[in-house]
Amino acid sequence: MSPTIAQICLTSSHPEVYEPCDDSFSLVDALLADRSKLLEHRPNLCMEIGCGSGYVITSLALMLGGEEDRCGGTYYIATDVNPNAIMVTSKTMEAHGVYAELINTDIASGLEKRLAGLVDVMVVNPPYVPTPEDEVGNGGIVASWAGGENGRTVIDKILLIADKLLSPKGWLYMVTLTANNPMEICVDMSKKGYGSRIVVQRSTEEENLLVIKFWRENDDAGGFGEIHEKRLVNRTGSGKIVKTLLSGLSFWKQND
Amino acid sequence: MRLLTHNMLSSNIKGVTNGFPLKIEAEKVMEKEVDFNPDFLRNMFYKIEWRPLVDAARTMGYAELPEEVEPSMLDSEDFLRRLHRALLQFHLEEGTLICPETGRRFPVVKGIPNMLLNEDEV
Repeated sequence: MSPTIAQICLTSSHPEVYEPCDDSFSLVDALLADRSKLLEHRPNLCMEIGCGSGYVITSLALMLGGEEDRCGGTYYIATDVNPNAIMVTSKTMEAHGVYAELINTDIASGLEKRLAGLVDVMVVNPPYVPTPEDEVGNGGIVASWAGGENGRTVIDKILLIADKLLSPKGWLYMVTLTANNPMEICVDMSKKGYGSRIVVQRSTEEENLLVIKFWRENDDAGGFGEIHEKRLVNRTGSGKIVKTLLSGLSFWKQND
Repeated sequence: MRLLTHNMLSSNIKGVTNGFPLKIEAEKVMEKEVDFNPDFLRNMFYKIEWRPLVDAARTMGYAELPEEVEPSMLDSEDFLRRLHRALLQFHLEEGTLICPETGRRFPVVKGIPNMLLNEDEV
């Protein structure tokens, strides 16, 4: 029996709310690919930042909630700065019979102090489109894509906050474009002690999407279980980064 | 909004140092059953600020939590069931959360707190 994810026909919509698209599907694909690891991980608290239509948080709750009967075992929280998105997410979740705590706020504002170090799984499909800086943070549906210079303005903010919220065993799944310079993101995150790997790569006509997973290096597994993986981003020099990042892709075989 | 979430929320207004806990004015409270999971409760127990939880539960109409706690109580199913009800089953559907320092009111509508700030508060 294949795990359930959110269905488009049950996903609510609103003119000012971003509808599920390739980026949303890629993120859900990444979570599905990691599903058995996520179940083994037994997250207490999962959080989505920018839930939009609710498609991703609903899918996550469904795929973790299924046969294992983890109902009541995991706490889900989702935030969005757009009040219409919060309402749409609420309806989408209800239509699928799942529930998450919803908060209408900017990223995690109001939660940062008390939730620090508690989030075991965080998922984000951020506004990653490169736009003029003045398009960022203006609310409405534009806020779902406007990412400023290199599409990094909101991403960088989110990563700083994620670093505070993630638990010692916390995992972060984030959608990026190649235009966001994901390798630079991985290098920056590695300086803060995170390992990273590309979980899903999808090229559409318009975009080249990468879903990256980050984990704290002190978390031995990082989802690899018994497999002893080399550090994916080498701190000593950027030269090794291309090779080591690619080594995270399942089709890449390492000779050493 | 469940009380576990309330226990994780603090006032996000710029300059506020004592923004936790937010005071609750409850207008509509509902109780929705959810499966009892002792492991989850035992994990969460260490992250909860107890006094704010007891006070918040009381404003929502639930006064069955002990005033003081200690970890050995986690062996008691009776205690866990009370904790379960307080943390997970009561929902603030309509009401207000109030910043303890500034008095600023954050509305809760259909169970969802609105923590969006005005430009001058950021």
